[in-house]
Amino acid sequence: MDLRTMTYLVVGASFALYFGIAIWARAGSTGEFYAAGRGVHPVANGMATAADWMSAASFISMAGLIAFQGYEGAKFLMGWTGGYVLLAMLLAPYLRKFGKFTVPEFIGDRFYSNTARFVGVLCLITISITYVIGQMRGVGVAFSRFLEVPVDVGIYAGMAIVFVYAVLGGMKGITYTQIAQYIVLILAYTIPAIFISMNLTGNPIPQLGLIGNHVSGVPLIQKLNETIQAIGFGAYDGPVRSQLDMFLYTMSLMIGTAGLPHVIIRFFTVPKVADARWSAGWALVFIAILYTTAPAVGAMARLNLTQTLWPNGAQGEAMSIEQRPQWFKNWETTGLLKYEDKNKDGKLEYYNPKGAKAGENELTKIDNDIMVLANPEIAALPNWVIALVAAGGLAAALSTAAGLLLAISSSISHDLIKGMINPNISERAELNAARLSMVFAIGVAAYLGLNPPGFAAQVVALAFGLAASSIFPVLMMGIFSKRINSHGAILGMVTGILTTLVYIFWFKGWFFFPGTEMAKNVPENWFLGISPEAFGAIGALINFTVAYVVSMVTAPPPQHIQDLVESVRIPRGAGAATGH
Amino acid sequence: MATQNGNGAAYWAANLRLVAFCLVIWFVVSFLMGILLRPMLKGIMVGGMDLGMWMAQQGSIYVFVVLIFFYAVRMNQLDRKFDVHED
Repeated sequence: MDLRTMTYLVVGASFALYFGIAIWARAGSTGEFYAAGRGVHPVANGMATAADWMSAASFISMAGLIAFQGYEGAKFLMGWTGGYVLLAMLLAPYLRKFGKFTVPEFIGDRFYSNTARFVGVLCLITISITYVIGQMRGVGVAFSRFLEVPVDVGIYAGMAIVFVYAVLGGMKGITYTQIAQYIVLILAYTIPAIFISMNLTGNPIPQLGLIGNHVSGVPLIQKLNETIQAIGFGAYDGPVRSQLDMFLYTMSLMIGTAGLPHVIIRFFTVPKVADARWSAGWALVFIAILYTTAPAVGAMARLNLTQTLWPNGAQGEAMSIEQRPQWFKNWETTGLLKYEDKNKDGKLEYYNPKGAKAGENELTKIDNDIMVLANPEIAALPNWVIALVAAGGLAAALSTAAGLLLAISSSISHDLIKGMINPNISERAELNAARLSMVFAIGVAAYLGLNPPGFAAQVVALAFGLAASSIFPVLMMGIFSKRINSHGAILGMVTGILTTLVYIFWFKGWFFFPGTEMAKNVPENWFLGISPEAFGAIGALINFTVAYVVSMVTAPPPQHIQDLVESVRIPRGAGAATGH
Repeated sequence: MATQNGNGAAYWAANLRLVAFCLVIWFVVSFLMGILLRPMLKGIMVGGMDLGMWMAQQGSIYVFVVLIFFYAVRMNQLDRKFDVHED
C-alpha cells in the first residue's frame, strides 16, 4: 500500500474513533459541559491532562529545538515538567476543593471583586488565544504535509472535528477524546524513537541509548560532539551563554505551566481532592514518557542528519546532490529544507552558517520541525510508522486546541455571561450559552489560524509570560495567604502583567508590530542578560511583592473570605461541591 | 467543621512543612544540579553524559514524578491523621 493511502487510512481511523467518542460522551448539564460531571478517574484524567498539555509544539518542535540547542534545550524539558510539581502541591487540590468551574471564578470569589475576575478573564483569553493559533497552524501543517492538502483546508478540517466533540460533549467529550489522542500521540512518538535508538546505539530504549555508546563504540554524545564540531558547530554538551537567563527561563516556564487555565481546569473533573493530587502525578508520568524520549530523539536525529549529509565524515566527500535520499526531496517541497550548490560541485556541503568558517554552507534552510517529522523516513521505517506520525501530530494539536477552546468558552459563558451580565440565567440557558461560546471560540481560532497575527509565534513569551506573571501568583497567594486582599491582588496582577508585557514589547515591538521595537532583541541589550521569554519569573516576583505590600497597608479581607480560605485548605467536603 | 478548630491549623502547618521539603528537592535537582552547579559536577558521568546535563535532560523529570507521588501518599496520611479526609 502506498504511503498516501496508508496515511489517509490511519488518520481516518483515528478521526472515526474521536467521532465515536463524541456521540457516546454528550454533555447533558453545565456540570458535565464544564467539568465532565466531576466523575473522571484520576488515571484517566492524568492521561487526558497529558494530551491536553502536549501540544503541536511538544510533539513536532521540541525535539528539534533540543537537537540544535543541545544542553540548553533542557530549559524546555525541566520547565514544562517541573510546573506539575507546583501544580500538584500549590494549586490543583485546593482549586478542586473550591469546587467551581473556571479559574477567573476563583479569583473573583477569593478576592471578592468582579474587577479581579475580569482581569483574570482578560489574561485567560489572551493566553489561550495565543496558544490556540499555534495549534491551528500545527493542524494545518500536519494535514498539508501528510495528506497533501493546502494548509487552509487542513485548518477547516481540524476545526470541523473539534466542533463535533467539543460542542456536543464539552469537557466530557473532550476528556474522553483526549485519552484516545494521548494513546495515538505517544505511540506515534515512541515507535520511531525506538527504531532510531536501535539503529544508532543498539539499545531499544531511547533514554538509555542517549547515555549509551554509539554503534562505533564511543559514547553517543562524544560521537555527536565530534561530528558537529568538525563542521564548525559548538559542542552538543557545551556550556550556556548565561546561567541566569537559563535559570529564569526555566522558572518562567515552570510557573507559567502551573498557571495555564486550560491545564488547571482539567483538575476540576476528578471526584475528590486526593484524586487531584494523584492525577497530577499520573499526568506527569504520561508526559514524562514523551519528555524523556525527546532529548534522545533530538540528539540522535541530529547525528543521523549530519551523517547523511557527510556520509564519509567532514574530511571526506559531502553528499552528492544528485543522489540525495527521497525524504530529502519530499521535505524540500514543503520548504522546510533548502539547499544551494554555491560552488557548483554537485555536492551539498553543510557547515555551521554562523560559526567559525570551516567551509561555505550550502544547506540554506533546515527547519527544527524536520527532526521529528522526517525522522521515520530518515531511519527508513515502514509506511505505517510514517502514517502514525501524521495521526500523532494531529492528535497532539487537536487535543490541546480542544482544551484551550473549552477554557475560553467556559470563561465567556460562565464568567462573563453568568457571572457579570446575567446572574439569573437558568441552567438550561447557560448550557446553550456555553455551546454557543464554544462555536464562537472555534470561529475566532479558525480565523486567526488562517490569518495568523504577529503575536501567533510568541507563545512562549506571551502565554507563559502572562500565566507566570499574573495567574500563578494570584492563585497561590489566594490559597496560601489569608491576608492578601482585593486591592493587593488586583494591583499585583496589573503591575506583574504590565512590566512583563512592556519588557517583551520593548524587544519584540509594541503589540509585536514589526519596526516598533525600542531596542534590538540581542543579549547585549537585555536587562542583566535576561531574554524576553525568561522575564515572566521577574513579573511574578513583582506581582508577589506589590500584592504583599499593598495588602499590608490596607484593610484585611472580610471574615467570610478568611473562612473561605480555611475551607479550601481542608479536603473534607469536596464531594458536596460537585453539585454546583 | 474541622476548619474552625486547632486540627485545621496543625494540619495546615504539617502540609506546609511537607510542601517545603518537596520544593527544596525540586529546586536542588533542577535549578542547582541541572543549571547552576553543572560546571562543578563536570567530572561525574552518567554513562556517556555529564551528571549536570543528565539531571537537566532526564534525571530531574524522574525526580519530579517521584516527588508528586510521595507528596500524594504523605498527604493522604496527613488527611487521616488530622481527621480532615474525604468520605
